[in-house]
Amino acid sequence: MEPIIRFTSSLVVLPAENVDTDQIIPARFLKVTDKAGLGESLFADWRYGPDGTPDPEFVLNRPEARGAEVLVAGHNFGCGSSREHAPWALRGYGFRAVVSTYFADIFRNNALKNGLLPVRVDGEAHARLLRLAAEPGARVTVDLESQTLTLPDGTEARFPIEPFAKHCLLNGLDELGFLLAEEERIAEYESTHPARVRTVAPGAR
Amino acid sequence: MTEPRTLFRKIWDAHLVRAETAEAPAVLYVDLHLVHEVTSPQAFTQLRERGLRVRRPDRTVATMDHSTPTLPRMPGGGFPVSDAQAAAQLAQLEANCREFGIPLFALGSEKQGIVHVIGPERGLTQPGMTIVCGDSHTSTHGAFGALAFGIGTSEVGHVLATQCLLQSRPRTMEVRVDGRLRPGVTAKDVILAIIAKIGIGGGTGHVFEYTGEAIRALGMEERMTICNMSIEGGARAGLVAPDDATFEYLAGREFAPTGAAWDAAVAEWRRLPGDEAAEYDASVALDASALTPMITYGTNPGMGIPIDGAVPEPAAAADASQRAALEKALRYMDLQPGQPLIGKPVDVVFIGSCTNSRVSDLRAAAEVMRGRRVAEGVRMLVVPGSQEVKRQAEAEGLDRVFREAGAEWREAGCSMCIAMNGDQISAGEYAVSTSNRNFEGRQGKGGRTFLASPLTAAATAVRGAITDPRTLLG
Repeated sequence: MEPIIRFTSSLVVLPAENVDTDQIIPARFLKVTDKAGLGESLFADWRYGPDGTPDPEFVLNRPEARGAEVLVAGHNFGCGSSREHAPWALRGYGFRAVVSTYFADIFRNNALKNGLLPVRVDGEAHARLLRLAAEPGARVTVDLESQTLTLPDGTEARFPIEPFAKHCLLNGLDELGFLLAEEERIAEYESTHPARVRTVAPGAR
Repeated sequence: MTEPRTLFRKIWDAHLVRAETAEAPAVLYVDLHLVHEVTSPQAFTQLRERGLRVRRPDRTVATMDHSTPTLPRMPGGGFPVSDAQAAAQLAQLEANCREFGIPLFALGSEKQGIVHVIGPERGLTQPGMTIVCGDSHTSTHGAFGALAFGIGTSEVGHVLATQCLLQSRPRTMEVRVDGRLRPGVTAKDVILAIIAKIGIGGGTGHVFEYTGEAIRALGMEERMTICNMSIEGGARAGLVAPDDATFEYLAGREFAPTGAAWDAAVAEWRRLPGDEAAEYDASVALDASALTPMITYGTNPGMGIPIDGAVPEPAAAADASQRAALEKALRYMDLQPGQPLIGKPVDVVFIGSCTNSRVSDLRAAAEVMRGRRVAEGVRMLVVPGSQEVKRQAEAEGLDRVFREAGAEWREAGCSMCIAMNGDQISAGEYAVSTSNRNFEGRQGKGGRTFLASPLTAAATAVRGAITDPRTLLG
């Protein structure tokens, strides 16, 4: 996983609240067995017309959206399903951070595991960012180490992140290694907590 | 003397392989891992790439449900899978389960069905367990007093490899429903009313514990309907304390303990309900006796109203953002502010999904349909949640009621709830659906969904327009 430390980028504003995972990546694109190419289908139903051509009105299709690594959206971004295809699609498109006033729990967990930073700011900073983003050439800086988002006017907004997730993102680590290192404790737990349900009979493989 | 604990906290504490610290989340043990075709392929790939095995195939079970056809087998015996991509995904699950020794209820198995229907049905879901699945409606299993929640594919990989997850402890919210439900008002109406009250983000960061007289009075399948939609209120999990109804449901099921083990299990389960003095981080209360059948009008499950109500006025919204959201939703749904929903013509009625596809749901719908016809021009799909539900419904003659009314009686699966298998509504069409999400395009690109109970869905099918089911009930 590519580490996130500090980066500066232009932004795309999607002002809707409660942007659900069915909008981020519609279910018909989930019939894949890998993660490749999902960026093409990001926001597919909003981004493309019925004939498949890009809708020039949609924010991602405007010329100024090109190269933006930060998406700004309304509250409760990522609500709905557990599909990790949502952060895969956002990362595949090129986003590295989403700014909102809060995120749905499962989406947030999934984003953190894919180098997509959920930047949670308060309503005041969010409203200010929406105003400033309308200016041509507006850019923000995301600094994970100091947990600050620097707005286009130079003001800073702090954002929360758990120390462990921060450590993983800063170093480009995934969590599986930490769990595998707990083998001894896991085995000990299993020896003192026998299973009530066994889906396969012991020895049957 | 330990401090009083909630049901959630008791289960959480009992599954800590390592407690949470300031620097690291808890390592939480998973008792049961449910797997399906859509959210698992990339996790198995990760295992293969790292040379890892599945740590506990005996605590894992897989089924096929999301992209499976609900039409009968073809004359040659093959399944009419909608497209090559879906077929490849199903084949991949089969290959993965074979390679890693995971039991699979594949298409054609008498145990196949929607993952959240078969867990309880087979007795795999039991009180006090931790249960995860790469599916947000895993909250369904909370009806048994289990801590059950949806996870992403990375976490599916973590559980396959280690049977554990790194988790921070969520907060708790008591959702108390007192009073008694009136006739024609169901569990689905209760959960739609709860979500309408707290909003779809209202439970974010929390686990719900459903309490109160009205919850206690519900059967297990109704509790599953309520817990199922906890995620639609923003909560990853929702729990009901186990009681005699829970034990009665589980007794004798395939994976439930027997003999002395059963007695020991029940004794343990009786200690699970939250302590009297336990405190929740938040609470919300509802009076069941004041509820009517509910229906959604908009594009998220929180946009719900009593069925005899009117579409809200965006002008009355609390702030500009909410007003914009409401206007956008009404534009998508092509509805006018102030418009009543009763009498609104619909094109499709769908009875099914992990929310409402169990035999009690089908009985309720059949009660309305018996001796009546699906209205001219309306397409009605009835999709049982599992092959077991299908067999039971057929044994009771419910399939005949639906077929004779002109509805389509299908094979088990997620079907039109997520519209991945070819079962879908067309752009511009209106559907009344017993499923859980009315997001834009959820049931087919451009399609418009009204969420409601099986009673309301059946009554609507008969009249061809949104109908208060109480007008058709004896």
